[in-house]
Amino acid sequence: MTGPARGDASPQVLDCRGQRCPLPVIKLARQLPELPVGAVLRVLADDPAAAVDIPAWCRMRGHEFVATHPEGPGYEVRRLH
Amino acid sequence: MSASPVYLDAASAAPPHPVARQALLAALDDGWADPARLYGQARRARQLLDAAREAAAATLGVRADELSFTPSGTAAAHSAVLGGLAGRRRAGGTLVHSAIEHSAVLHATERHVAGGGTAVAVPVDRLGRLDPAAWSAAVGAPGVALAALIGASHEVGTVQPVAEAAAACAAAGVPLYVDAAQLVGRAPVPAGWSVLTASAHKWGGPPGVGLLVVRKGTRWESPWPADERESGRTPGVVNLPAVVAAAASLRAAAAEAAAEAARLAPLVDRIRARVAAEVPDVEVVGDPVHRLPHLVTFSCLYVDGEALLHALDRRGFAVSSGSSCTSSTLRPSHVLEAMGVLSHGNVRVSLHRETTEDDVERFLAELPGIVADLRAEAGVVGL
Repeated sequence: MTGPARGDASPQVLDCRGQRCPLPVIKLARQLPELPVGAVLRVLADDPAAAVDIPAWCRMRGHEFVATHPEGPGYEVRRLH
Repeated sequence: MSASPVYLDAASAAPPHPVARQALLAALDDGWADPARLYGQARRARQLLDAAREAAAATLGVRADELSFTPSGTAAAHSAVLGGLAGRRRAGGTLVHSAIEHSAVLHATERHVAGGGTAVAVPVDRLGRLDPAAWSAAVGAPGVALAALIGASHEVGTVQPVAEAAAACAAAGVPLYVDAAQLVGRAPVPAGWSVLTASAHKWGGPPGVGLLVVRKGTRWESPWPADERESGRTPGVVNLPAVVAAAASLRAAAAEAAAEAARLAPLVDRIRARVAAEVPDVEVVGDPVHRLPHLVTFSCLYVDGEALLHALDRRGFAVSSGSSCTSSTLRPSHVLEAMGVLSHGNVRVSLHRETTEDDVERFLAELPGIVADLRAEAGVVGL
């Protein structure tokens, strides 16, 4: 998958493994505003619903869903506003 | 809290049509004997079974000898998939299906793949509509034995382009199986299919009766051990009283279908509009235009689907959900997944002939507060 662009060598990680839907999305929604605009957050979530709901949340909130990584699995989200 | 319950899950099982109840009770007295035997009671049972088959076939516009009754819609779907593949095994071992088929179709597909067959899932768009170009390419590939397409999504209501899909199948010489569980008794089924299934408790018939229709000239071979019942298509003695009730209620439901669709579709429009306007951070899913008249689905951001179902149940509202926390497998609905829409906090509302405008208004009046309370409890307000 594509790595983080714009110089984000190591994105901040939010570990939501072991948490059930909708907790990973809630944690993501709380954490992302703490980051500067343009920064990438990697959410680790093993609930299968996260694969659907994190991209859907990005679409609903106008943030960028960057990539899915098999390890974790991890979902990278870029704060756009 | 003490208001009368509002049942809004017709897509799982519609309340019994009054005609079904009458026919069931009459047939319990008259239709208990084995219709295959050679004495008076059996002949009476045979007459009832033949009449039920004629009535159901006439309602669907097919020949009576093309229609078999099965012990459930699921059994009919399994037979359609596995029998359609078995009958065409010389043509190839590939099943093409949409990504949003009913789990009964997907489980039969898993059986096929476990036995060495292959399956190709054709994607849908954000509204749950089949990708016609991908479908045409998939059914036109070499080695395709059967194609399976749900007529309308039981989870999000999107009606599929069956006629267009059938044309692509015809061009490729591939038979099309249509799962019409949400269409039969509610909306016309487009032509062009070779195999069709339906389920009586979706139109107000009793549970435990499915329909399997195999058009003349279709290569279909029973996947079950041999049995002479139902033209050899489904083993075992049918539940004749339930079959009689299913056929009678199908005729009644089909006769009322256009008027019911005209009554329910605006109520679904109202739910779509009001939920979107009055519940913050909600995603109303499915095609807003090309959809079933009686079904609407939405997802509420940050809300636990199981908690939402229980909260609605406490207020007397019976609905279902595609959220992972409400499923025994703890996986989100494969339909919502294929569409790429929010899967948590998911609610499916499906209306029926007993649903009133007051029922819908009560639901719409109470839903925003229920969602707001759950969000307040979870501490997610303003996120």
